[in-house]
Amino acid sequence: MSKSTASKPTLATVWLDGCSGCHMSILDMDERLVELSDQFDLVYSPLVDYKEFPAHVDVALIEGSVSSDEDERKIRLVRAHTRMLVSLGDCAVTGNVPAMRNPIPVSELLDCVYKGNGLLQEQIPAERLPSLLPRVRPVHEVVEVDVFVPGCPPSADTIFTVISELLAGRVPQIAALSRFGA
Amino acid sequence: MSPAPAVKTLLIDGKDVSASGDQTILGAARENGISIPTLCHLDGLTEVGACRLCLVELKGSTRLQPACVMLVEEGMEVTTHTPRLQKYRRMILELLFAERNHVCSVCVANNMCELQDQAEAHGITHVRFPYRSPSLPVDASHERFALDHNRCILCTRCVRVCNEIEGAHTWDLLGRGVNSLLISDLHEPWGESDTCTSCGKCVQVCPTGALFDKSKVGGKVRKNPDFLSYLNEMREGLR
Repeated sequence: MSKSTASKPTLATVWLDGCSGCHMSILDMDERLVELSDQFDLVYSPLVDYKEFPAHVDVALIEGSVSSDEDERKIRLVRAHTRMLVSLGDCAVTGNVPAMRNPIPVSELLDCVYKGNGLLQEQIPAERLPSLLPRVRPVHEVVEVDVFVPGCPPSADTIFTVISELLAGRVPQIAALSRFGA
Repeated sequence: MSPAPAVKTLLIDGKDVSASGDQTILGAARENGISIPTLCHLDGLTEVGACRLCLVELKGSTRLQPACVMLVEEGMEVTTHTPRLQKYRRMILELLFAERNHVCSVCVANNMCELQDQAEAHGITHVRFPYRSPSLPVDASHERFALDHNRCILCTRCVRVCNEIEGAHTWDLLGRGVNSLLISDLHEPWGESDTCTSCGKCVQVCPTGALFDKSKVGGKVRKNPDFLSYLNEMREGLR
């Protein structure tokens, strides 16, 4: 994906609290990625090496729910610099599996995982790691979302259609493409 | 035999329809190929009007009426798919998703679930209401079946099939409103129930993954509520 021809739309993908399955599904587009890559510049993604989120992005695909203070900081930054923000996959859309911790208070959760399991150095990680928010939230509870693509993960065909439609300046009709869970 | 109820004529979505006087709007509509979405309704069980998905509009009334319990009347004009109805149906479905912990991706009923199907049919791509994320138990005490309250939508199909068809009345509802909970016997573990015959009818009629067969998790297991109409026809001597 060549660095820049100013006229091409820019695409970013962001990985919050998810299993990376949605990014795997992006890769699962296989040779269609080559076809698509002529139409946009991938300016930020776990799949490429840019460190800073650019000042202006046309389309951002968000995988994962908002589960930590770092997720929240990141999604607010992304929203501020993105024209079309897409919640990609059930974690971003519903909270999904990460949100299954929501009925349990965070302190209890951390105690359960990091203490009392016969560990040698019982300690709750605090330094240089993001802290968990009291509740896992879907992206649209934190910032405004323009397009919702449910699915765990959404299929490569669905993602291809979504990206193609958005690059063509159209809003894809998602309900016919994907559903919660599948 | 009681005399046959008089035939009524009415209009559903602009279509002239005739129905017998003891028929519901839902029954008359489906008999005439007009689909109305439902969740708590199941052919062969009494109607409770619990889910409100089948709400329809009647000309001359501002109130919406549940088609599953509203009997047909002469000259009625019914509409089943107005933007107002679709708006409320979507809202009802979203509220069901927000009320408990429905995680389709890891559910035993994924792609075999009537709630999931209805969400798709109504074009729901996300839930606009904050998730309540309640802490709810799973009762896996029964030898063969399990009950996951996180996935229960309180349609009471299980309560009705156990009472009306099996005659055991193991299931009932405890509490009111958002605190309602499906219970076996007098709120005892299902596995210790004196009344449960382990027939599995409740599992077959459950529209979601709330009631499931422990031996069939992981595979694609379609539920078969169709046995009900067969049993009823047998009982009424129609077969």
